Amino acid sequence: MPLLDVNDLTTYFHTRNGVVRAVDGVSFQLEKGETLGIVGESGSGKSVTCMSMLGLIPQPPGRIERGTATFDGTDLLHCSPKELQSIRGRRIAMIFQDPMTSLNPYLRIEDQLIEPLLIHGLADKASAKKQALEMLDAVGIQDAASRIRGYPHEFSGGMRQRVMIAMALITKPDVLIADEPTTALDVTVQAQILELIKKEQQELGTAVILITHDLGVVSGFCDRINVMYGGKIVESGPTKEIFYNPQHPYNRALQNSIPALQAKGKELYTIPGMPPDMSKPSAGCSFAPRCEHATHLCTAEPPELQSLGQAHTTACLRVQRENLKP
Amino acid sequence: MLKFILRRILETIPVLLCVAAMTFFMCRLAPGGPFDDDKQVTPEVRELLDKQFNLDQPLYRQFIDYVVNLPSLQSFKNPSHTVGGIISEKFPVSAKLGFFAISIALGLGVLFGVIASLRPNTYIDYIPSSLAMIGICLPTFVMGPLLILVFSLQLDWFPPTGWGGFNYDQFFAADMVLPSLTLGLFYAAYISRLTRGGMLDILTQDYIRTARAKGASGLRVILRHALRGGLLPVISFMGPAVAGLIAGSFVIEKIFAIPGLGQEFVNSVFNRDYTLVLGVVMFYATLIILLNLIVDILQVVLNPKLKFD
Repeated sequence: MPLLDVNDLTTYFHTRNGVVRAVDGVSFQLEKGETLGIVGESGSGKSVTCMSMLGLIPQPPGRIERGTATFDGTDLLHCSPKELQSIRGRRIAMIFQDPMTSLNPYLRIEDQLIEPLLIHGLADKASAKKQALEMLDAVGIQDAASRIRGYPHEFSGGMRQRVMIAMALITKPDVLIADEPTTALDVTVQAQILELIKKEQQELGTAVILITHDLGVVSGFCDRINVMYGGKIVESGPTKEIFYNPQHPYNRALQNSIPALQAKGKELYTIPGMPPDMSKPSAGCSFAPRCEHATHLCTAEPPELQSLGQAHTTACLRVQRENLKP
Repeated sequence: MLKFILRRILETIPVLLCVAAMTFFMCRLAPGGPFDDDKQVTPEVRELLDKQFNLDQPLYRQFIDYVVNLPSLQSFKNPSHTVGGIISEKFPVSAKLGFFAISIALGLGVLFGVIASLRPNTYIDYIPSSLAMIGICLPTFVMGPLLILVFSLQLDWFPPTGWGGFNYDQFFAADMVLPSLTLGLFYAAYISRLTRGGMLDILTQDYIRTARAKGASGLRVILRHALRGGLLPVISFMGPAVAGLIAGSFVIEKIFAIPGLGQEFVNSVFNRDYTLVLGVVMFYATLIILLNLIVDILQVVLNPKLKFD
């Protein structure tokens, strides 16, 4: 049985401009200790997927319409708020995109670090402080003993993200959700942060869900990848399959757009058109308007994820029915 | 921090001197004097009075005398009492009124502000917010008589005037309710709007989401993570609020016939009681400066990004 089994998760935002279908029937599994990447462009629903599971969606306007997310026997979407609270931060921890704003500017680093341990009653104050210091040391903060008394504004962006990681991992959670953990950081720090997550993951045996729009980041980091587009998973498979045997036209187009993989001097490939307006449901495949292979079939019938073997699934009618070759 | 406090205290000396000079000379510029009563006095008596109260001396000598000996000067209208004596006798009454009012203002204001901010743009928000708007729009001299009309004359819950039935040793009495409410509700209205705005600003911050992701309960998120930043605008407002509260208490003491320093002050102005006017003005000026200093220190203590300089 997988550690986390998400089934048909659907989250809509009911706004004045209509219903925004941010996440529309997403299903995936996460095994113990594994690393899952969720890739997609802005607004594809990757963050909302993970925040829905933890009940962090502002409600209203957000609403989880249907689906289940079974974590170790508990359905996160339908359990009591108390139950969810006891899982949040203790068994499933999360780190966020912007470390500059994700730490409370009015509280000392130490108080924020020990908070998860105190909330969940995992340690008394003295031993929590000791663990916080060890954790801060482990994430590579120099002179942790004195820095721990400082406030967030005295730390740089990379250092703050290290603090966030220390805070998330201090309870030794089963799952760490990293929501674009390196997006707000500069390139040299990005690699350090990813290495740090990897190192801690191996030490603690934590499963990691890495949300990112950077294909370069997931390629070296993840065991499996879900590609999301328009609130749906359009392709899913082992990292190798996703990169060496891409099927869905969106996935192929994404890979063609990676600057590093193209010959120098050649004009960079871009996907034509704009991401879909999520408040207007489409009858068929949401990528069809931008897809160079789309036919009348694609705009009429919604595609379902179907297996292609090797745990590789894709949601493209043309690939499924006509064996569209790249 | 000690250096900061010392510097601020030194800074108050010229401020207080300016206040003293302005008050003193404006009093003298105002027409009439302490002895221009309904009862006419003979020129001989007048001369003796002037001599007794040093009014025959040049103005600058009087000013220096007033500044140096202020607390021990005689009151013109009440010569058996000194200025210091009257202040120390009457101020506790005003201070208690101010204390009750500020407790009401902070208690109700913060509570309703926080409640309103938790469910913005719903009835839970609209009802306290519109009550607050009414509270801001109603001046205390309208609110006071209205409360008397409803709660004293109609419902007969509280006495309409008085303060502890003239038994000043009582900590609390029924007749203290209405004056404290009148004065406190006005500031409660302001504070609830400031709290609501501050909290709305903080509750949408990323670090609130972080706190929730840690598994913090709703109450913990509000009390530990949001309130501190959310109350900063309220703390900044407390300086001017205290000054306003003191001015407001002049009106309240008059409406409810409370024998406090505010009433004493208003009467002393009408009586041209030169010494007492100056004494009360200087006392209130010092008080306001002191309370503002405390507010400034509080702000630095609560916001780690600010430093003492």
